[in-house]
Amino acid sequence: MGDYVLLAISCILVNNILLAQYLGCCPFMGTSKKMETAIGMGMAVIFVLVMAGAITWLIDAYILKPVKLEYLRTIAFIIVIASLVQFVEMFLRKSIPALYKGLGIFLPLITTNCAVMGVCLININEEYTFIQSLVTSFSYATGFGLALVLFAGVRERILLARVPKPLEDTAIGLVTAGMLALAFFAFKGMA
Amino acid sequence: MAKTITQEFTKGLWDEIPPFRLVLGLCPVLAVTKSVENGLGMGVAVVFVLVCSNMLVSLLRNIIPSKVRIACFIVIIATFVIVVELLMQAYAYPLFLKLGIFIPLIVVNCVVLGRAEAFAYKNGPVRSIVDGFGIGIGFTISLTALGALREVFGSGTFFGMSVFGPSFQPFTFMVEAPGAFVCLGLMLSLMNLAGNK
Repeated sequence: MGDYVLLAISCILVNNILLAQYLGCCPFMGTSKKMETAIGMGMAVIFVLVMAGAITWLIDAYILKPVKLEYLRTIAFIIVIASLVQFVEMFLRKSIPALYKGLGIFLPLITTNCAVMGVCLININEEYTFIQSLVTSFSYATGFGLALVLFAGVRERILLARVPKPLEDTAIGLVTAGMLALAFFAFKGMA
Repeated sequence: MAKTITQEFTKGLWDEIPPFRLVLGLCPVLAVTKSVENGLGMGVAVVFVLVCSNMLVSLLRNIIPSKVRIACFIVIIATFVIVVELLMQAYAYPLFLKLGIFIPLIVVNCVVLGRAEAFAYKNGPVRSIVDGFGIGIGFTISLTALGALREVFGSGTFFGMSVFGPSFQPFTFMVEAPGAFVCLGLMLSLMNLAGNK
């Protein structure tokens, strides 16, 4: 049990998917302008990533490895993720409309979120067991959500500040992200 | 307004150079630019995938139904990414190890998908190839420039050769994650400064 907690903490803070492993930067810049969208995106990523992590692990272990088709991993995973996202979207629209309204537009965006694909590949590369993969998927996604919400908070403040013209919008966003990454960098000492 | 073939090519080098003008595909940009070599290698891989996928998408554009086009694009792109992955594994193994997870992640690189959707799906094969090549080269230039900047100041080397001599104290901040963000942000602002004049 202690191992899982340690794994979770290392995934959320020390190896934060966004700020230490640089995955999922496009939605990070795109959806962090407002707190609401940031929370929506974070929730959607947690939801999809846990499912994608579980399914891709099973597919890799029980379909690709026995028939030695590991080199098809990339294409298999992306198809799984794309169809999973589509399926989740349809399911939510029919059965949980409230949640669908909340996540709505963010779900399709997740297909091209490299954090999802990246975590699935990390799980396989690190040869995690099924339970470990579930834990890492959830923690990486939580770390993503955490960084996104923190960053959205900072960005909302920046809107009120006077920023030099060439630095406006994305440029100052990136510099701010750098500062945030510096803060997360301190957790490296924990590992 | 129809553009000439040359204009299609050159727009990728300045007007629409990713990731600065089109803020897409940031993840590999930040992650692999610890050194010039990695940046260049990644750039070449992206050029290959971009040209091939643009070509195939534009050839198939009348067959692919518009409702499932994104899925089709992804499958096409994934195929070429696997080709690149296997080629690199065979002929550039050290580079393959360094880039690691970021080669399969070209699949979800928004630049590639973005060009398929925004350009190749609407234009003929020749123009699409040129567009893919131009954008790809632009992407490579950005990666190489950022890689050079970070490697020179972060490790004091350029393509592995020492630049400042042994007394240089490396500015490690640059090769770590925070430096990547700050560096890219500052480069973007310089581009804005130059572009607005």
